[in-house]
Amino acid sequence: MSEYELHPENWVDRYSDYLYNYTIVRVNDHDVAQDIISETFLAGLKSKDNFKGEATERTWLISILKRKIIDQYRKANSAKGKAEVRINYSESENEGDWLEEHISDPSEKTAHEVMENEELGLAILNCLDSINEKHATIFKMKTIDGIDTESICNEFNITASNLWVIIHRARTALAECLEHNWFKK
Amino acid sequence: MKLKIPCEDAYHICDKSQYKEACLWEKLKLKLHLLYCRACRKYSVRNQKLSKLVERSNIRTVPRANKEQLREQLRKELDK
Repeated sequence: MSEYELHPENWVDRYSDYLYNYTIVRVNDHDVAQDIISETFLAGLKSKDNFKGEATERTWLISILKRKIIDQYRKANSAKGKAEVRINYSESENEGDWLEEHISDPSEKTAHEVMENEELGLAILNCLDSINEKHATIFKMKTIDGIDTESICNEFNITASNLWVIIHRARTALAECLEHNWFKK
Repeated sequence: MKLKIPCEDAYHICDKSQYKEACLWEKLKLKLHLLYCRACRKYSVRNQKLSKLVERSNIRTVPRANKEQLREQLRKELDK
């Protein structure tokens, strides 16, 4: 008996945002990320008989996604011909500054920050996955997409006070989940 | 106009202010409530922390039109 099952009809709603955030920091291009996610879903569908149910659906999709991202790196690299390492000093006044350049680059810190923020983003999406699906969707629309209250209410046919109750529940659940999964890491 | 508010109202104002939708008067009432209510103080701190985390994480969502495309594509494959 396998523990997990695949439900491809729910993939887009449940995993596309997670996969997108995972991909976008790695390829840094919306269209490319979009293509990779679409390829990932199709590849998943094609090989769904190989799914043994030992990992969650998402873990399984991520493993496919990783291969697709690597393929993309290869493609990008072969398009350039080959990977190059260039050391350029365009301005002559930069010459002799080499020692200083060995000192840690301030941009390295931002790379670290980017990574940590990505992990945080995935942790938040992970937590949102564990709460009521409708609440999670409404929370994302309101908080991340910044859609105004009225439009959300119209779409879901709820009143503003319904919406705020949902937002309240989502925020409480999310804060609790993050306290366990993010701060106690 | 009442200055003292119950906890439910305090939560509500606190939530609204995370989206900059609480008015000055509401914020004043919340501040006053927080002076004497420990539970709401805790909620308020947590709530603000959550807002900062979400902002820092720089989460992006797949635009809705793109999601629809993905759904359509999957549906076609599933129907095959």
